[in-house]
Amino acid sequence: MTEAGELGWWGVLFAIFAGAIRVSTPYLLVSLGETITEKSGRTNLGLEGTLVLGAMCAFATSVITGSPWLGVLAAGVAGASLGLLHALICNLPRVNDIAVGIALFLLGVGLAFYFGKPFIEPRATMLTGISLGFWSDHPAIRSGLEVNPLFFLGLLLAIFLQWSLINTKWGLYLRMAGESEDAARAVGRSVQSVRTYATVFGGFISGLGGASLSLFYPGNWNEGLSSGQGLMAIALVIFARWNPVRCFYASLLFGGASAIGPALQSVGINQGYYLINAAPYVFTLGLLIYSSSASYRLAGAPSELSLSR
Amino acid sequence: MLDLRSQEWLEPFLLSVGALIVALLLFGAFMMLQGIPPLELYSALYIGSFGTRISIENSLTLAAPILLAALCTLIAARVGLLVMGGEGAIVLGGLGAVLVGVALPLSSPLLGSLLCLLAGALFGGLWIAMAGGLKRVRGVNETISTLLLNYIAIAILNHLISGPIRDFSQTLKAQSWSIPSYFMMPNIPGWSVHWGILIGILVCVLLHVLLRHTTFGFSMDVVGGNNRAAQMAGLPITSIVVISCFLGGAAAGLAGAIEVVAVHGAASESLVVGFGYTGILVAFLARQKPLAVIFFALLMGGIAASGGLLQRRFDVPYAATAVLQGMIFLCVLASSALSGRILPERKSK
Repeated sequence: MTEAGELGWWGVLFAIFAGAIRVSTPYLLVSLGETITEKSGRTNLGLEGTLVLGAMCAFATSVITGSPWLGVLAAGVAGASLGLLHALICNLPRVNDIAVGIALFLLGVGLAFYFGKPFIEPRATMLTGISLGFWSDHPAIRSGLEVNPLFFLGLLLAIFLQWSLINTKWGLYLRMAGESEDAARAVGRSVQSVRTYATVFGGFISGLGGASLSLFYPGNWNEGLSSGQGLMAIALVIFARWNPVRCFYASLLFGGASAIGPALQSVGINQGYYLINAAPYVFTLGLLIYSSSASYRLAGAPSELSLSR
Repeated sequence: MLDLRSQEWLEPFLLSVGALIVALLLFGAFMMLQGIPPLELYSALYIGSFGTRISIENSLTLAAPILLAALCTLIAARVGLLVMGGEGAIVLGGLGAVLVGVALPLSSPLLGSLLCLLAGALFGGLWIAMAGGLKRVRGVNETISTLLLNYIAIAILNHLISGPIRDFSQTLKAQSWSIPSYFMMPNIPGWSVHWGILIGILVCVLLHVLLRHTTFGFSMDVVGGNNRAAQMAGLPITSIVVISCFLGGAAAGLAGAIEVVAVHGAASESLVVGFGYTGILVAFLARQKPLAVIFFALLMGGIAASGGLLQRRFDVPYAATAVLQGMIFLCVLASSALSGRILPERKSK
């Protein structure tokens, strides 16, 4: 983060803006995955584990094969596998989906640290950014506007998911499973299979978020790579009212909040380093307090969702 | 005192033990894939946890904070909340113990230790009570808010020990000022185990009495079982929820304070080693029954204690323990599907 150093206070603003784009990608992908899962009436709170395991698998695959895009695929498959595990266990009677999520959070992180240990040292081939700063001669601006290709993937996905939730029969089945089990059964759909597909799909997309962490920004693999981004993304879904396009805006906002710390540091403000880095968590909690309600059901919240009861 | 109505406790107990065995078999298979013979693995697990006097002492020492952290999830679960904030409450409890221990102008060792422990319980209790209050007043999901509070607590700890209360004479790692050495809790005579585990067991027994034999305990179960019924009965639901969260947080805060007063003497990153998360696992293994917590906390303390031996003997990453814990957690949750199907139904009276 040198861009701000040369540009002064304007640089801080620019760094927050560039940081928002850079940092928001994992939030965006995880929150889209969670939106789809929650729309089907299940909550997967294990996406922090999915994010970390996805990051490890992407990095390891890129180290071994030299292809970052194979790494992205591996991250998706790892996330989908954890999602499948979540779905299969939750399909059993009397099993609490939130608790299963916490168990998968611990298992995912455990597996990632277990298999990821030999990959802390090596370097992996990174994803190449898409340059949006070609109009400027300023190297800081150019490097700040190297945008993560997965960011665009997430943006397209948000628009596509928004459209297909409303306009396709799969979107209808998904919303039906989430709004009323009886209605879904009445049209002959198995609620459990819809939720299984939704959780696996959600896991796949969240895994891609992990790839964005380890193969683009910050672009390395270590055990402190994610500290709660997966969790904050789940909170963000509530703030975005289960709406994919709003997830995109909310992710930018969260990304900006997370970028404040590093941006201030780049102009030499180091006081309260840990407190500034805690800002995203406090910000998330504040947004949750603001956007929740004890007296009425939130707009857009699927009725079958245990999280919103 | 033990309640022998078998349907109520025997079946959940058998289910949890069965789930543990299945998880251990799965873990054996997982390690076998990497060329580690299962029998050697299990013997190492046994030796590292309960096989020698030293490992028993280690297991008991680790079981103390795990046991108290489990109560954080357990008490809140009795009023229907899924609280995951043990890790943060431990940190706050440790900080509370240090702040009071450093500030107290006292020379009585016993009173000093007790006040440190109380301060820890108070800090941890208020921390989790906050989540209970937010749930009731604003409908904020308590699982998400307590997980966020964990991260915030760790950030507060890191901030304080990197400057405001840092002991700059310690250069190896960032840690807070130390509490006076005469406030430190002694070991149980004849053992190199501190009193934490006995305090924990005492708290479990007291909690059992509270839940089983008092009006407040009964009203907690009513709130947890059926919110509307509680409302119809005119119970003050918000106070009951907030008090329960306070009690749960206080138990975890006490765990953090014991870690400071009996082990470290100061607050540092050593408070953040996952006791809170292992505690959640224990609460689910015990199926929210305080007396069962004692048994399962000892087992999980054993597994935590054997981690080092596994690492050294088989040259595996320390995260092997985390993988095993994750497997146990999943098996326990999946085993709920069998509840009510193991023992024959009790004859109706």
